[in-house]
Amino acid sequence: MNLTRTLATTRRVLQQLSHDKRSVALMILVPSLLLILFKYVYDGNEALFDRIGPQLLGIFPFIIMFLVTSITMVRERTSGTLERLLTTPLLRGELILGYALAFGLAALVQSLVTASVAIGPLGLQVKSVWVIVLFAVLDALLGTALGLLMSAFATTEFQAVQFMPAIVLPQLLLCGLLNDRSQMAEVLRWASNVMPLSYATEAFTAARSQVGFNGTMWRDLAVVVGCLLAAIALASLTLRRRTA
Amino acid sequence: MTGALLRVNIQHMMNIAAIEIAGLVVVRGSTVVIDGLDASVPIGSITGLIGPSGCGKTTLIRAIVGIQILRSGSVSVLGKPAGSASLREHVSYMTQGSSVYPDLTVQQNLRYFADLSGSASSTIDAALDDVALTDKRHDLVGNLSGGQRTRVSLAAALLARPDLFLLDEPTVGLDPVLRRDLWKLFSELAEAGKTLLVTSHVMDEAARCERVLLMREGRLVADETPAGLRERTGKDDLEEAFLTLAERSGSSDRNQSSTERSAS
Repeated sequence: MNLTRTLATTRRVLQQLSHDKRSVALMILVPSLLLILFKYVYDGNEALFDRIGPQLLGIFPFIIMFLVTSITMVRERTSGTLERLLTTPLLRGELILGYALAFGLAALVQSLVTASVAIGPLGLQVKSVWVIVLFAVLDALLGTALGLLMSAFATTEFQAVQFMPAIVLPQLLLCGLLNDRSQMAEVLRWASNVMPLSYATEAFTAARSQVGFNGTMWRDLAVVVGCLLAAIALASLTLRRRTA
Repeated sequence: MTGALLRVNIQHMMNIAAIEIAGLVVVRGSTVVIDGLDASVPIGSITGLIGPSGCGKTTLIRAIVGIQILRSGSVSVLGKPAGSASLREHVSYMTQGSSVYPDLTVQQNLRYFADLSGSASSTIDAALDDVALTDKRHDLVGNLSGGQRTRVSLAAALLARPDLFLLDEPTVGLDPVLRRDLWKLFSELAEAGKTLLVTSHVMDEAARCERVLLMREGRLVADETPAGLRERTGKDDLEEAFLTLAERSGSSDRNQSSTERSAS
């Protein structure tokens, strides 16, 4: 691994983003706007907002980063730049890591803005702000990692967009956001147990009412980080240098 | 003893061709794109890979870079199997169509490719000068014309000054003055010991090469110097020479060759 090439890739992706002001604005502001909308849809029902608000703080970055990453990667593939990159000394792991760092940084900014809006003006009640921000960034990184992985199976941008409902929505339905996981049918709970978003959501639920880190959160952290590392490793393996 | 070993080594190096292709067959889907091709490209030369569009030029280049799945045969580059990791810093590949980032400036694009190949940032100035784009360095590539984008892509390939340049249609859509300047640059690179394989579907570019590989429907119909081509066919014009060779090789599929003739 060569840090220069990894960081050069990170800088290049961030430079690309910086030329696309509208995308940056959407990426940073949309989660906050959705939270505001959510708050006023359940106007007066503070308990509900306090229960679901923290979980949404993690889910918005997850969805947005999944979409942004998978489409960017498919674009790299269809434009011929990926083919060219793979003929340079750049290693596949360096490319994927460079991407993950760039989008991870974008995710950090997004999470900080969203969490500030939620906890400040919207008055979301949480005990451990930093745990919320940490898991929001991890969720965003998980979205990035899964997006990188899924982009290998999409040959067009159109297909990449379809992967969002296919990969993201089942996790959303089963992660414990809509219904407590312990109340789900056994089969659904098993499915929920193997989905990384369930663990992130569990951590958000805990961070709402507990101060600091506890045993479950460590497990949640380990599962989320493990899944995102596995997805990144798989993503670099699915990048084929030789194609038909 | 070391002297003898060294001599053997040098002799071995001098015998190595830049590119050595033997019995290459490439199948994509159900089409045989390259059908048993043998060729050799010497070190320190400009070789033109010329042929009508769809004849397999890009596939052949991809096989030489080592990113094409082969059905059979072998391709070796600078004495190593094509696609070896150690070759990547010695080979520079310019894809057909500009494979640079439209949402970055010219400078940002070149900076990225310079960083990947470990080239100093001073090489960016030289490459921009080579392709006459110095005044556009802060423009977004997406706002440039097609020909200018091709030049950015070419500049990215020139940065590292590797041993072997594989340039897929580097001069397509460029004005005659710039084309002449680029071919002059290619000759200078070859004189400095670099090897260039340049594809084109324009026959007049063949005249600028030391050797010409004429390709047609996945096969080589000639591997000769431009002078040799003229002599063999008795035609002064290389375009005519190509047509003659194409007719000789393709007497079995006359209909197809007549449509290709009108296309080229």
